[in-house]
Amino acid sequence: MKHVKQNLPAILLFIVALVIWEGTVRLLSIQKFLLPAPSVIWTSFRENFDRLTYIGWFTTREALGGFAIGCSTGILVALATSRWTLASETLMPFAIAANSVPIIAFAPILNNWFGIDNPLSKMMIVAVIVFFPMMINTVRGLTLIDPAALELMRSYAASEFTILRKLRLPNALPYMFNAFKVAATLSMIGAVVSEYFGGNRSALGVFITQEAAQFRFQNSWAAIIIACVVGLVFYLVILGLERLAIPWHSSLRAQQS
Amino acid sequence: MSVVALSNVNMTFNSSSANKTVALKEINLTIEPGEFISLIGPSGCGKSTLLRLVGDLIKPTAGDILVNGKSAHQARLDQDYGMVFQAPVLFEWRSIIKNVMLPLELRGYSRTDQQKRARELLALVELNGFENHYPWQLSGGMQQRAAIARALAIQPKLLLMDEPFGALDEMTREYMNLELHKIWQETQTTIIFVTHSIPEAVFLSTRIVVMSARPGEILHITNVDLPVPRGEHTREEAAYFETETEVREWLRAAKQK
Repeated sequence: MKHVKQNLPAILLFIVALVIWEGTVRLLSIQKFLLPAPSVIWTSFRENFDRLTYIGWFTTREALGGFAIGCSTGILVALATSRWTLASETLMPFAIAANSVPIIAFAPILNNWFGIDNPLSKMMIVAVIVFFPMMINTVRGLTLIDPAALELMRSYAASEFTILRKLRLPNALPYMFNAFKVAATLSMIGAVVSEYFGGNRSALGVFITQEAAQFRFQNSWAAIIIACVVGLVFYLVILGLERLAIPWHSSLRAQQS
Repeated sequence: MSVVALSNVNMTFNSSSANKTVALKEINLTIEPGEFISLIGPSGCGKSTLLRLVGDLIKPTAGDILVNGKSAHQARLDQDYGMVFQAPVLFEWRSIIKNVMLPLELRGYSRTDQQKRARELLALVELNGFENHYPWQLSGGMQQRAAIARALAIQPKLLLMDEPFGALDEMTREYMNLELHKIWQETQTTIIFVTHSIPEAVFLSTRIVVMSARPGEILHITNVDLPVPRGEHTREEAAYFETETEVREWLRAAKQK
């Protein structure tokens, strides 16, 4: 009940926006291929529901796979760079360079490497996109530590590994969850956009481009809704996990008391 | 056997570069079991540096430091001392009791022993009932008491305290002084205490080491002949004011040097 009350303004705004959209389209008789009315999109959504959920799930798996590969690599590289200065000096420039590359430009090449029909080609693009925010945030969390806390651990004659487990990793968790949230959104975008460059036909990106090419824009819109919903659910799942994992963090305290 | 023996200790930071700083010069000091030693002096006189040398958190440029008859390094490895900083440095992801359990955990005590000991210590610092609170739910004074409990967890023969009450208001500070005095008597721990406050030093100490401005040298050692146990009444005794005046005059001399 509290949640409904809290989110009431947002829900109202959403409904009002839909009504204005519907009304404008009807009043000005805007053509369907320019901007279909919500009701038309909704009809398309219902008519194509089975196909949309099927291709939605296909793309979601690519996003999840890429998320898993990219985030775990990002964390591993972060652990290495924070542990060994040499690793940091060697890897950091490459990581920064990788970030400034428009990764999506590599999509055709990755398609060629892993096979255009192989979901792995899309996963790799997603992985490269989410890698950087994951790594940078984890490094920050592992290294931005109160010097007194490090002195405290040294006064206990704690080993580097113990310091990592008891101090650096818990300290990094809030930073990592921020990265997971960014990565969740990015992974869905990455998966859909990478599909624009071709691939298995039962994928959201392919569906969106093909339906658009045949002027069935309401179908493209319906597919975009699926992509939005999946992205949102993914984000909310991370948010829920964050609450479970780091209830002590200052960003989450206000909601408890 | 003395708890701490410093002979001809010198500490120079950045000794090779142009902006080298002589922090400590020819420090000789012997501390006997059960003493309460306060280090007082102008800002930047090397009080905290001296404390960190005893704790082997930094190494001296020259001179010998013995703690419990062994090298400071060995004493740190054996966890012969507990440390309290100006900030409580509690881990925000651990409840209060888990924070106090940390040094015991690192020493490999069983879970039941950890909890039993931590509860005793929390009772000693009058924090019973707050075991499962998180640090942010406690006031500054309470957090600092938890930090003292944590430092006492491994029953160290030596407690190093770096301006532990510097961030507290006057009333809380006086209360904490009483508490610390009580703890010192109950545990019979030797304490080295860095402070800026003359009243605090006089109230707590058996000896007060007055240090000069940089380069830090021991200018004078004041014996505090106030009866133990001390309490509110101590602050009204003539001997208390005399000692305060003596320290104040030496401190004035220290600044002018």
